[in-house]
Amino acid sequence: MKLQLRQVSVTIGGTPILHDVDLDVAPGDFVGLLGPNGSGKSTLLRTVYRSMRPTGGTVLLGGEDVWSLSARVAARRTAAVLQNSPTPAGLTVREVAALGRTPHKGMFDRENREDQDIVADALERTGMLGHADRIYGSLSGGERQRVLLARALAQQPQLLVLDEPTNHLDIRARFELLELVHTLGVTTLAVLHDLDLAVRSCHRLVVLDGGRIVASGPVLEALTPDVLSAVFGVKAVTERHDDGVVRVTYGARPLAKAG
Amino acid sequence: MTMVSRPAVSRPAPPPRRAATRPAPLHGAPLSLCLLVLGVVLVVVVLVAAAVGSVPVSVGDTWQIVWGHLTGADPGVNPAHEQIVWTFRVPRVLLAALCGAGLAVAGVVLQALVANPLADPFILGVSAGGSVGAVAVMALGAGALGGLGVSGAAFAGAMLAVALVFALGQQRGRLNPVRLVLAGVAVSYVFTSVTSLLQLQTSPNNMRQIMFWLLGSVAGARWDQLQVAGVVVVGVTLVLTLYGRQLNALVTGDESATALGVDVKRLRVVVIVLTSLLAGVLIAVAGGIGFVGLMVPHLVRMAFGVDHRRVLPISALVGAVYLVAVDLLCRTVDPPNELPLNILTALFGAPFFIWLMRRDRSLSHS
Repeated sequence: MKLQLRQVSVTIGGTPILHDVDLDVAPGDFVGLLGPNGSGKSTLLRTVYRSMRPTGGTVLLGGEDVWSLSARVAARRTAAVLQNSPTPAGLTVREVAALGRTPHKGMFDRENREDQDIVADALERTGMLGHADRIYGSLSGGERQRVLLARALAQQPQLLVLDEPTNHLDIRARFELLELVHTLGVTTLAVLHDLDLAVRSCHRLVVLDGGRIVASGPVLEALTPDVLSAVFGVKAVTERHDDGVVRVTYGARPLAKAG
Repeated sequence: MTMVSRPAVSRPAPPPRRAATRPAPLHGAPLSLCLLVLGVVLVVVVLVAAAVGSVPVSVGDTWQIVWGHLTGADPGVNPAHEQIVWTFRVPRVLLAALCGAGLAVAGVVLQALVANPLADPFILGVSAGGSVGAVAVMALGAGALGGLGVSGAAFAGAMLAVALVFALGQQRGRLNPVRLVLAGVAVSYVFTSVTSLLQLQTSPNNMRQIMFWLLGSVAGARWDQLQVAGVVVVGVTLVLTLYGRQLNALVTGDESATALGVDVKRLRVVVIVLTSLLAGVLIAVAGGIGFVGLMVPHLVRMAFGVDHRRVLPISALVGAVYLVAVDLLCRTVDPPNELPLNILTALFGAPFFIWLMRRDRSLSHS
């Protein structure tokens, strides 16, 4: 489903965080959201998964303003995997994944066969079905992210929002996770902090700096040496190698001059 | 009072090195079976507790009396026994059961709400507020609070304290769990100092009555008190169980719960209003009973898993059984004297808590 942000602004306690952000994610796209710490990436995501109401502008999903929907209806369309979620107290892997059914269930509804199948299928797709009866808190970082991804899939979303999903993961687990997200085929907007992983995985990139979008488009067009220097403060180039993979190559002296 | 020396606010500890990998032992047991077994245990414990006392009545006769009153049949037992059991003991035992159930339920949801395993039903200042109201009436006479009785004054004090904590616990229009706990502690201190002042002003004769009330007791239970307490405990437990799925989502953090479609702001308000009502009604009829709301939820999670749709109804029954048993001990260890409930709940609760603390992983998983 198509996501469109139009002139989205957020001000928290008098401090502007986002300024007139326009952003499009086409159906089936995997869009990476990049930017230095404090550039407003997480805030932008929060306006999408309906946790922070924009002070200006609209967030449209499939042409509908997500802020005109109820929290429950919005959560049937958008699922989020967030960083720093507290460990759910002793829930099993299956129970965590089953939380994804929350927006589909009213107070008096019980989980039925269909829900169980959807949860099992989500765990299967993320390779966690074999761990279904383990305690979530006993899993490794990479496994936990897979379970949270399974929870998101159990929401049967049309848009997946990921906030630094590879944070704190081993390098192999990072590749595995991004590959997994690719195979899911759900429209995805992801905040990624590892530039090299981002250029490898994403179809398009959006670069935020100081709450404004400073570059966006296909990977090679968005992450130019100028952007890398001005926004991230590093000397580097983004190029497509002979094997067809796009990589970021950092300079011999990677620190760009301040200012 | 239990809430004064509360340890500082803590977010759940980081995952321990050796976390439990298997679910709780009774995690897979069907809920209906668990409730059936616990329900039968509760009925048995209630009958035994109603049979034991200075005038012993057999459990069989007790059953006849209770059955007779429920169905209108003639129990055919000694009328004196019938009067003792039905007029004095049964209401007392049922009030203990209701208090145990209600306090356990309030403990479960408040621990989830403020993400703090040390939360108990009195974290919102209910206990301290209720004490001021009750002690004011006991120390200064019924005229002190516009003719309110001890129960009415306790309820009014409890609600006043909650309202204060609720107002102080907000930040930019949202309830902030950490602020809520801090506000609860601060408000409790203020109310407790007022209670102490009132106690110093009163006559030694009143002191004993006040002490007994502060330490919790169901000795004065009457049938007419049970109706309100019963409706509130059963009703609130059922409604909170319906919120079980949302409470499960809440344990994964506010942001995550929001992304799962839970209106977190509204959920917090609903839960606080319901648990304040629950704790306020119970403190009004039975005084401050500590440790039940702290201990029972942890025990139940350890045995039955942490899904709130299971933990809430199971905790209600376990809490009921526990407090009926404690009350039975309180009136049998040193006859004809009776101990206040808090002496034994604390005596059992504190070592349990130390054990729980040393078992680390269960606390960090709470």
